Amino acid sequence: MSVDDVFKYFVGLISFLSVLTLFLMVLELFRYSLPVLSLKFIFGINWNPVAGSEEYGILPYILGTIVTSTIAMIVGVPISLGIAIYLSEMAPNFIRKTLSFVIELLAAVPSVIYGLWGLFIFRFWVKDFIEEPLSKYLGFLPIFEGEPFGLDILTAGLILAIMIIPTVSSVSREVLMAVPNSQREAVYSLGATKWEVIKVGVLSYAKSGLVGASILGLGRAVGETMAVTMVIGNAVGPSALPTSLFKAGQTMASLIANEFNEADPTTLHPNALIGVGLILFVLALTINLLAQVMVWRILKIKEGTVE
Amino acid sequence: MGREIISLSSRVRKEDETDHIYKIKTENLNAWFGTKQALKDINIKIRKNAITAIIGPSGCGKSTLIRCLNRMHELVPSAKVSGKVYIDGIDIYSKNVDPVIVRRKVGMVFQKPNPFPTMSIYDNVAAGLKLNGIRDRKKLDEIVKKSLEQAWLWDEVKNDLDKPGSSLSGGQQQRLCIARALAVEPEVLLLDEPTSALDPIAASKIEQLIVSLKKDYTIVIVTHNMQQAARVSDYTAFLYLGRLIEYDETAKIFSNPKEELTENYIAGRFG
Repeated sequence: MSVDDVFKYFVGLISFLSVLTLFLMVLELFRYSLPVLSLKFIFGINWNPVAGSEEYGILPYILGTIVTSTIAMIVGVPISLGIAIYLSEMAPNFIRKTLSFVIELLAAVPSVIYGLWGLFIFRFWVKDFIEEPLSKYLGFLPIFEGEPFGLDILTAGLILAIMIIPTVSSVSREVLMAVPNSQREAVYSLGATKWEVIKVGVLSYAKSGLVGASILGLGRAVGETMAVTMVIGNAVGPSALPTSLFKAGQTMASLIANEFNEADPTTLHPNALIGVGLILFVLALTINLLAQVMVWRILKIKEGTVE
Repeated sequence: MGREIISLSSRVRKEDETDHIYKIKTENLNAWFGTKQALKDINIKIRKNAITAIIGPSGCGKSTLIRCLNRMHELVPSAKVSGKVYIDGIDIYSKNVDPVIVRRKVGMVFQKPNPFPTMSIYDNVAAGLKLNGIRDRKKLDEIVKKSLEQAWLWDEVKNDLDKPGSSLSGGQQQRLCIARALAVEPEVLLLDEPTSALDPIAASKIEQLIVSLKKDYTIVIVTHNMQQAARVSDYTAFLYLGRLIEYDETAKIFSNPKEELTENYIAGRFG
């Protein structure tokens, strides 16, 4: 065996190990959560880890994850698209380079920093400038029910929105820059304004890639743990059902982060938490897979062909 | 003295009389990419309802010239234009002219077919109309059909109007692009090497199509294919290093060019 062969098998083994790790992880998640997995686990709303009266239902946390991620998407995606459109279609070269760089740096901020900022600063802004007015004027709507407090589902959703902006905007920018110039020129030559060129020539061409970029952000929002745990209020059981945006809630990730430390191994509590992890993992994996396929599809589109 | 004025004014009138046969006129047209000058003092008059071919070696400024005629050149960052381009006597570079309007009047077809791949054949043709605010389905149907007929594509696609434009062959895609350009009812059609990405059969179909269009449009075609210029055009301009070397009836340019440079290029001695 030559040196090259040794090297080849060595790196081959390493890449194989990463696949194996993923496989083992799924297997172990599944094995440990098997004792609690049932329809009642997924659709139940009670959560009681006390030995003797144990009950594990995770519906509130699934819903909490969905609601906070949805807020993140509704707020974060349009902002990200705006940034991406500005950077790829309008900004002069110098601004484009600087701003792209800074935005990508934002993705490197540890999430616990976002959490700290959220807990000590941002939540008061949310309370004073968003929740109080909403409560005053639209408080009759069930989703704005309750006393604004600032540590709740809305704040968690908004923090998530801020956190997904770097990812979504930089992937979207790349997708937009991959749109061939001939598409823009085609629209220009029909007598179009800049906005029409962007709408007809660029956005419609890049649609699936932009959806993919957004879903990539969704994947991040769904799995984000630390920052959410710090601002969501961490309710447990039926009170964690996200019936109002101004209520303390809980996501799957924040539940695990909150309780892993006090889970008694003689009960099913650890198994229930691992079960939550399994559901979260499957959800995040599906979302990411979907996003990757869509982004990859647009980046490989050749001029004049879609498939 | 009096006679002078009369003769001068009659000369001016005479110019006016011949002017109506020209659709486009450039005056000292210069164009740059950054500091590189791509066009140098181009003065050319382009006839109405005729096909004018622009030939010359790569990099001579052919494409830049036609891109100056619908203000597409300026879309390239760092690009610059000076001089005047009159279309129907109006300088399209004057301050109160909106380039968006110019481009509606002066359509363009590009080297590589560039249909909108996510849109259906129908929507490709209707795209420009929708930009013009036409939403009436009946009117759209009518213009889409007419444009596809003009582009000799209707019979091939009439049953597949909702299929994506990218499902067509290269030659069909280019005819779709021609239909898309015609749909907004331009007066001038600029073609930038429209057949260079196509096989000979598809190219020949496009050539015949272009000839059929000249009764309704003023056509300027850039080509690096001299046979093509000889076959389709009525007038030919030879460009070299950004200068207009010779411009005359196509027959004269190809049989009896005045300039040695033109002769050498046509004879294939360089290019």
